[in-house]
Amino acid sequence: MNWITNYVRPRINSIFSRREVPENLWSKCDECGTMLFHRELSNNLNVCTSCGHHMAITPRDRFRALFDGGLFSEVSVPEPLADPLQFRDQKKYPDRMKAAQKQTGEKEAMLVASGEIGRTPIVAAAQDFSFMGGSMGMYVGNAIIAAAEEAVKLKLPLILFSAAGGARMQEGILSLMQMPRTTVAVQMLKEAGLPYIVVLTHPTTGGVTASYAMLGDVQIAEPNALICFAGPRVIEQTIREKLPEGFQRAEYLLDHGMLDRVTPRTQMREELITITRMLMGLTPAIKGDLPAPGELSGDTADEAQTPTSDAPGNSGDASRG
Amino acid sequence: MTNYLDFEKPLAEIEGKAEELRAMARQNEEMDIEDEARALDRKAHALLQDLYKSLTPWRKCQVARHPERPHCRDYIEALFSEYTPLAGDRNFADDHAVMGGLARFDDQPVMVIGHEKGNDTKSRIERNFGMARPEGYRKAVRLMDMADRFGLPVVTLVDTPGAYPGKGAEERGQSEAIARATEKCLALRVPLVSVIIGEGGSGGAVAFATANRVAMLEHSVYSVISPEGCASILWKDAEKMREAAEALRLTAQDLHKLGVADRVIPEPLGGAHRDTTATITAVGEAIGAMLAEMSGLSAKKLLSDRRRKYLDIGSKGLAA
Repeated sequence: MNWITNYVRPRINSIFSRREVPENLWSKCDECGTMLFHRELSNNLNVCTSCGHHMAITPRDRFRALFDGGLFSEVSVPEPLADPLQFRDQKKYPDRMKAAQKQTGEKEAMLVASGEIGRTPIVAAAQDFSFMGGSMGMYVGNAIIAAAEEAVKLKLPLILFSAAGGARMQEGILSLMQMPRTTVAVQMLKEAGLPYIVVLTHPTTGGVTASYAMLGDVQIAEPNALICFAGPRVIEQTIREKLPEGFQRAEYLLDHGMLDRVTPRTQMREELITITRMLMGLTPAIKGDLPAPGELSGDTADEAQTPTSDAPGNSGDASRG
Repeated sequence: MTNYLDFEKPLAEIEGKAEELRAMARQNEEMDIEDEARALDRKAHALLQDLYKSLTPWRKCQVARHPERPHCRDYIEALFSEYTPLAGDRNFADDHAVMGGLARFDDQPVMVIGHEKGNDTKSRIERNFGMARPEGYRKAVRLMDMADRFGLPVVTLVDTPGAYPGKGAEERGQSEAIARATEKCLALRVPLVSVIIGEGGSGGAVAFATANRVAMLEHSVYSVISPEGCASILWKDAEKMREAAEALRLTAQDLHKLGVADRVIPEPLGGAHRDTTATITAVGEAIGAMLAEMSGLSAKKLLSDRRRKYLDIGSKGLAA
């Protein structure tokens, strides 16, 4: 028995599973159809190296690329009531949740973390479209409030990456109530005089756009991201006419004065560093790749204006003086 | 009564018969139909009681959308004096789906703002069926801001299917306008009370109803999405709106349990439209009571209480 379970079965399994590996090595660009090698694609932050199309990226992958040395610490989010309405459509809400958790490996649709970008300490929150369409329920609301509270506590800017189909219908009115709740979070930041930067990614729609995602001090979008309140299909059905090319896309919103900037993902990090450092009154960032904060040796750390961990506000004050 | 809802059909028949009998009697003096007509009235009343004893969530949606239900304008005319409409967002246009201005409530100057759906074809089109465009929210922000500066309480009357899904509305920043209105509600240093008088449709309602106190009429609804919209997304079939209405918990009674509505205002038997005067009076009393609860509170307290209320919503669920 042992010989069979320990030796034969793994061998057999490995022969069969080996066949599936090659399929995962290549992905096809949704836009231009180019086959992209997985490493090349992930090195380019899931942006097609051929046509520049921005594909979805998980919050965890985004944070690994965003924070210095890929290091960040997760900010814990208070757990809301599970299935407050005992909602049931064709499936039960808890079953949909379990499926989403299994599929994404994440607990919910938002990840909050703190860390440094270009040695600038920040709090960041990112929404996960692959988790039930990134929908905003009580957990996402709690996550944004936790992110704002953390930022206020540490006197740090908050950078939020939005991606959502809208409110989570399975939480009914309580999902709608996340509009005022997250707005209170934004007000906490504003009253503390801390920058709140929103990066709108594809797609950001519905109640999310009509609350925290549109209240940033600086509004940046990724290229071609769909950003709207009512989706294009709903509008076409209502007004019964074809919508113009690029309607509700990032560039269209930029043209209509609804955004500050449209910035490719590959340049986003640099841009966020530049903007947050100016808004926080810090000295210009040192360009180039930096080692993770933990890897810093004492001699290089001073020049780069390392924040002191005991008094988080110090980094800002020091450069102002 | 001309407008019966589909579930009121048996009622329509009985009331129709009573009406017919009385019409016949008016033509023919000698006919004595009074007993028979009264019997029909009693039957109709019993049926009405039976129908409205426990309306399903979907039927409540239908009652909340009843075309003869009193609308914002009716409330403003009856409950407020010296109403002085103020128009425009100072940027682009005046949105007729949103009415508002200075007025007196019990002689006290206030700012009143609400969605108006209109009551005939012409006014419904003019009012865009109560669906505001960005200008409507921006007008509301302007009026709330003015109320804040002059220390006037704000009263909002909510009755909207939702924001208008139109090309221009999107181009002019519908979502930003709603977000700013919610933000303004949460920044007011004056009392803000809100009554959901009909439909509280999604973001368009939140923009006005993020208030210190929220009251809902007994058969009004307040929801993240319309039952039809929810059904077409989750059931892939818009005809499943009954199930969706059930699942969404959008009735005043459920929202009261969830802490979203602070009070439920009873409606006359058969819904607000069967006795508009009584409904409007009851709403007036509720507004008076809610404003009284907040009299003497400092600006700071009003603001922090309102924020606390929203931060705490959802912590207890339906069980409480």
